[in-house]
Amino acid sequence: MFQPELETMPSEALRALQLDRLRTQLRRVYDNVPLYRRKYDEAGFEPDSLETLGDLKRVPFTVKDDLRAAYPFGMFAVPLRDIVRVHSSSGTTGQVSVVGYTRGDIERWSDLMARTFACAGATADDIVQVTYGYGLFTGGLGAHYGSERLGAMTIPVSGGNTARQVQILKDFGVTVLACTPSYALLIAETAASMGVDIRSLPLKVGVFGAEPWSEAMRSQIEDALGITAIDIYGLSEVMGPGVASECRHKQGLHVFEDHFLIEILDPHTMEPVADGEQGEVVFTTLTKEGIPVIRYRTRDISRIIPGECACGRTFRRMERVTGRTDDMLIIRGVNVYPSQIEQVLMGIPGVAPHYQVVLGKRGSMDTVEVQVEVGPDFAFDEIRELESLQRKVAGAIASSLAVSVDVKLVEPRAIQRSEGKAKRVLDLRREGE
Amino acid sequence: MVEQLSVFLANEQGRLARMCRLLGDAGLNMHALVVADTADYGVARVICDRPHTARGVLERDGFAVSVTRVIAAEVPDRAGGLADVLELLGNEGVNVEYLYCFLKPDAATAVDILRVEDAVAASEILTRAGVSLLHASQVYEPDAV
Repeated sequence: MFQPELETMPSEALRALQLDRLRTQLRRVYDNVPLYRRKYDEAGFEPDSLETLGDLKRVPFTVKDDLRAAYPFGMFAVPLRDIVRVHSSSGTTGQVSVVGYTRGDIERWSDLMARTFACAGATADDIVQVTYGYGLFTGGLGAHYGSERLGAMTIPVSGGNTARQVQILKDFGVTVLACTPSYALLIAETAASMGVDIRSLPLKVGVFGAEPWSEAMRSQIEDALGITAIDIYGLSEVMGPGVASECRHKQGLHVFEDHFLIEILDPHTMEPVADGEQGEVVFTTLTKEGIPVIRYRTRDISRIIPGECACGRTFRRMERVTGRTDDMLIIRGVNVYPSQIEQVLMGIPGVAPHYQVVLGKRGSMDTVEVQVEVGPDFAFDEIRELESLQRKVAGAIASSLAVSVDVKLVEPRAIQRSEGKAKRVLDLRREGE
Repeated sequence: MVEQLSVFLANEQGRLARMCRLLGDAGLNMHALVVADTADYGVARVICDRPHTARGVLERDGFAVSVTRVIAAEVPDRAGGLADVLELLGNEGVNVEYLYCFLKPDAATAVDILRVEDAVAASEILTRAGVSLLHASQVYEPDAV
């Protein structure tokens, strides 16, 4: 553990710390950010009136559009001279939002990312290859500072040039790889085509995040690279990576609750759900100075995993995020996340772990085509074998997700590989309009 | 018994040409080629020199390739020649999955490539009945061992 005294804090002390920090934070945003002052005044919320953490439900929400409307610096809570760094959201959906960090924010973020690497089992003895993109995206620099803070030897490769990534992994004896899960698979594929046996390298753990992925994909990655794959979570509006991380037990992601307050709310009523039930994740930053967010609606769906973790950390765990409400597809009235399709595909021998969902229109009817690559080991000499594979995929999707889709088998590597976030959904419906 | 390559082809312009070009550049001659197609994709079945080398060449370029063992039977080039062979198999309950044939330029016999479920059993039936089956080296240049 990187900060054991904090990470194993008794929960009563933790709640007291959270309340204390929350009260300070509310006062600060009310005094320094016009948007919060206006919202709170309109809602009749008096920032000093908060007595318990339960009172949080009286506080108005912050949404992505608030940050977009404040573009670029409208939600900063400190003068620009106190900001030492800016990043922006990766623009997964819509227009970007800009976030600013004070020197203190960078310090805390470095600690939190060091915690994340330590959660994955990394120490100062490790060699960390950071393959998240460096730049406005929070992934690269966030991981970089954390890895350095931990004392690990840090290799700032950034994204791209996969053959070089493989070469460095091999030549430098890299032990920890930080990148998106889909890129980890591309690295494995590239290594194989270069004749490098990636499983025999010193690489032992992957710190993977920035896109939703399934448990089945984890097994695939662990098997292909011969490593332990750890899921990490964060978003630029809240801070970047380092908001929550799995430990070696891989039973949910510990939320770093001394810095972030997590709520799970029913997305329709916006009332809290019971621990263990799914809902929208809402975060409040407790220590952020540059751009604090209060009750920020992430649109990510998760739940709190009840019970204690064997690792000894007292921070509660959130379940891996299966999808963002923005990514959710509504297929003839049924809600489907791309990661659910992925989970189904991974269970079918004969198809490769690469897929794309193409949405189109036939007349007024929405069509959904799932393109999957024929696996390298599938003996497809006979057309009927291929047709039966196609039916099997469509049948498995229909039975587990209750939607019917067209399945198209494509050649290996026909689906575009991503060096950052994988593009799982291609929506062609707009183009025809 | 001979080895045949089955190559998965997306239904896109240039894929078959690309496959042929790769084999050509590697100096691997094709002796027979037949393409089974559906709306979305096809499977090319190829009898060519050094099939395992050919498989490697194609896979390195991203093709999905599998090697299938098939029977190469020499059939007299006359009316009813193939019917005799098929009846032999049919009488023994052997189901033919698919079949294609080619002519050797200087011979009086055609070569029929037969894909059956149990190639060993089918070979025995044909050999017993006096049908001549070709070895790999009689059809193409085998891979170096």
